[in-house]
Amino acid sequence: MSQTITDIIASIQAGQTSARAEVETALAKAREHESYHALLHLTEERALQRADEIDARLKAGEKVGELAGVPFVVKDNFLAFGAPTTAASKLLENFDAPVQATVVEKLEAAGAICIGKSNLDAFAHGGSTENSAYGVTHNAFDTTRVAGGSSGGSAVVTALDIVPFALGSDTGGSIRQPASFNGIFGYKPTYGMVSRYGVVAMASSTDCMGCFARTADDVARVMAIMAGQDDKDMTTLPNYFVPTAPSKINAKIGVIKETMGDGVDDDVRHATEQYIASLRAAGHTVDEVSMPTLPLALAMYYIIVPAEVSSNLARYDGIRYGRRASGVQTLAELYGRSRDEGFVTENKRRIMIGSYVLSSGFFDAYYQQAQKARTLLMGEFSGLFNEYDFLLSPTAPTVAFGIGENTSDPVKMYLSDVMTVPPSLAGLPAISVPAGENAAGLPIGVQLIGPMKSDAALIALSGSMEVHRG
Amino acid sequence: MSILKSEIFDTYEMTIGVECHVQLATKTKLFSPADNDARDADPNSKVHPIDFGLPGMLPVLNRHAVDLAIRAGKALNAEIANISRFDRKHYFYPDLPKGYQTTQMYQPIILAGYVEAPLEDGSSVRVRVHHAHMEEDAGKLTHFGGYSLVDLNRAGTPLIEIVSEPDIHSAAEARAYATELHRLMTYAGVTHGDLYHGNMRFDVNVSVAKKGAAELGKRAEVKNLNSFRSVERAAEYEFRRQVELLESGERVVQETRGWSDDSGMTTSQRSKEDAQDYRYMPDADIPPIVLTDEEIAEIQADMPMLPGEFRDTLRGAGLDFAMTETALAITDAKVRDFLVEIAAATNGEVRRRILNWLVIDVQGKVSAGDDTWEGKQLLPDHIVQLAEMAEKNEISSNSAVTVLFEMLSSGDAPRMIAEAKNLLQVSDENAIGEIVDAVMAHEASAASIADIKAGKDKAIGYLVGQVMKQSQGKANPALAQKLIRERL
Repeated sequence: MSQTITDIIASIQAGQTSARAEVETALAKAREHESYHALLHLTEERALQRADEIDARLKAGEKVGELAGVPFVVKDNFLAFGAPTTAASKLLENFDAPVQATVVEKLEAAGAICIGKSNLDAFAHGGSTENSAYGVTHNAFDTTRVAGGSSGGSAVVTALDIVPFALGSDTGGSIRQPASFNGIFGYKPTYGMVSRYGVVAMASSTDCMGCFARTADDVARVMAIMAGQDDKDMTTLPNYFVPTAPSKINAKIGVIKETMGDGVDDDVRHATEQYIASLRAAGHTVDEVSMPTLPLALAMYYIIVPAEVSSNLARYDGIRYGRRASGVQTLAELYGRSRDEGFVTENKRRIMIGSYVLSSGFFDAYYQQAQKARTLLMGEFSGLFNEYDFLLSPTAPTVAFGIGENTSDPVKMYLSDVMTVPPSLAGLPAISVPAGENAAGLPIGVQLIGPMKSDAALIALSGSMEVHRG
Repeated sequence: MSILKSEIFDTYEMTIGVECHVQLATKTKLFSPADNDARDADPNSKVHPIDFGLPGMLPVLNRHAVDLAIRAGKALNAEIANISRFDRKHYFYPDLPKGYQTTQMYQPIILAGYVEAPLEDGSSVRVRVHHAHMEEDAGKLTHFGGYSLVDLNRAGTPLIEIVSEPDIHSAAEARAYATELHRLMTYAGVTHGDLYHGNMRFDVNVSVAKKGAAELGKRAEVKNLNSFRSVERAAEYEFRRQVELLESGERVVQETRGWSDDSGMTTSQRSKEDAQDYRYMPDADIPPIVLTDEEIAEIQADMPMLPGEFRDTLRGAGLDFAMTETALAITDAKVRDFLVEIAAATNGEVRRRILNWLVIDVQGKVSAGDDTWEGKQLLPDHIVQLAEMAEKNEISSNSAVTVLFEMLSSGDAPRMIAEAKNLLQVSDENAIGEIVDAVMAHEASAASIADIKAGKDKAIGYLVGQVMKQSQGKANPALAQKLIRERL
């Protein structure tokens, strides 16, 4: 029986269970599901110690946080105590974080207990968790298929009910796409709503920290803790996030036409249409809308993001920490070999693309052009949000694909992000909502997108549909 | 080194542009809370995870550094950009922890301005400033035989880089520009200006061409000069080196050169062909610096007098070039303000005396390292009193200087000090008259008296000297002379 955050908190408060029991249960489930390879490390010792502390405080009648005793998992690119922070790379194989990410600190302050660190594509580069240096994570519904990515491990531990929620980072769909592939909610907030401090940076202008959960209500509970300005991250906004009840007021929703055409599997289109039908049945207005620059978003993304990636990964040079090649003779060799040994192929590909588009002579032709196109895309979004409360698309063009199916064709792999990339480029909040399954029982997700700072209303809308579909 | 005649050098002109890195006087680093003062600190003891380039760390812009840049802008007669941004400049080197330097490539905070640098002949050279931008410093490497050690104490130190136009045409002008920049930045409180610790470092771009030529020659950049003298010497050396190359039919290569104070020579470090592609890009971790005109004005309103105005004030008060430049070397803004106050409140001999005391006597000792302005009691009423006492011959000039130093350190009134030290001159006619009588009656004075009577008026000096001696220096010499004459 799947337990929500609300259930766990109620049981603990009623004395029917303890933080320690919840943590032990989660650890046991994690071991039981080891074959999915969703977790890179368990943080057992620290988790049990924290659980005992919380139980002692409960027993003493002291005040505990809103998430006291609730176990969770973090993606292994969040700096967190209790285990190394590897970003699923060999480069950071033995890297013990000296500080924790702001969001981990906040969740711990609220009493939540991190029990492990989940697998990802190394440095969050990928859409399948096949780029992990420590092996692939298997889909929760079909172990021959991918978990999606890059936050594949966090999606699978949530779908398998190991924990009620897990943290992910979303740069171009890394939370939403694996949520879709594993039949759960996956939320990417407005850029700036949540601190990025202490998370291994991928692309500074689109990285967002969000979460996976099995209900919209749980998403809201977690985001309420994670949200807020952080004096360690200058791009964070003053906190505006207040969870709201599902709105009874009818929303005006636009379906992005360009996401429903060629390249989208029939199964996915059908499920999306069904979802639209249920929205209408619930009294919402749904129209088809057009975003002419949307088909260019993937091209923009794969210029801007690799550019930022090449910059953000420059610090991994083997000089101060992380992997350092042995037996080298020159400085150039030290850099070259350490980085060659530490990065996976996809990391290198993105560093190469990024270095290329930033090179003298190409910066104007690629990077600057992509930024101009990005401004146009943002303009189209804000134009639509003058008329519509929310926009809708499938989360991904397909259901989870087979392990190894796309690994030889990076462009095909990148196409998996085609729906999730546009809101990332525009900094908009977006959520992947479970929207049924195909005939083979593989989950399908629908993406709801809101205007800047509409996070609470967006999560509430996704929750209202959950209720409606009963 | 020269084998060429000076007439040949005279047919060439050099053109110089200067890039100057100024270390800002902030408590903490540009993007981290680490201590910005690493003098005498153990290696890597002033390093925050942000400066260390750990995964997940984000920069937090030090607002004080922005304020100092705004002050620097005023000192450079430059507009401040209402919107400026940070960019990343990429290269791999072990002293650069993030693999990029955070700088301002596209939208610097300080826009075009100029510096008016005084020359020794009393004229000046106006050097336009193209722009100045904020950036962080890198760490430091120390090389040994087979290995190098990295010290990141300096990594992340806030700098502004001031980029001049190529408006400088002699080594002396280059030196004057560097010196004036240093004054401007220290007067404005932008930097501590400690050259020994590299608080200001100059890169000098030198090219030569025949006088009147339409195009500039290829330039060589001499990097990391840390004294005014080395700026001048390196420019002079480059001028001669490049002229000699051209005269012998060779070409000047565009390159980076290093300077050695010991050898007095520049040497090639890196040619343009090795130039790196820095792959500049906007830094998305740092929002733009947005400043309203009101904010800028408010920060700039609270600034001490800058060297140009200080110089004009002193010259207007009658100080000559040399004394004015000595006064400009006073590093303590409170002392400079005091000079300005004196110049405004006094005039004539009193003003001349006081300015002489402060600039020649006190600053002379300070610049020689024999004294310090620190703790000096700068009380305008007292120093004016002392000057008036000297003016009225109530105290001798020498004694006045003694009282001056005592007064500046104790803060006591000058008359009180003079009385306590028994330095007041005696102007009592009866008292001095008695001494005069005694001196003139002495047999040793007979010859002098005779000389005076014979028309050798200079001989009176001996008699006055004797009176002074008898009075232990306290007699008013003018009065003594008058009384001697009456008795002749």
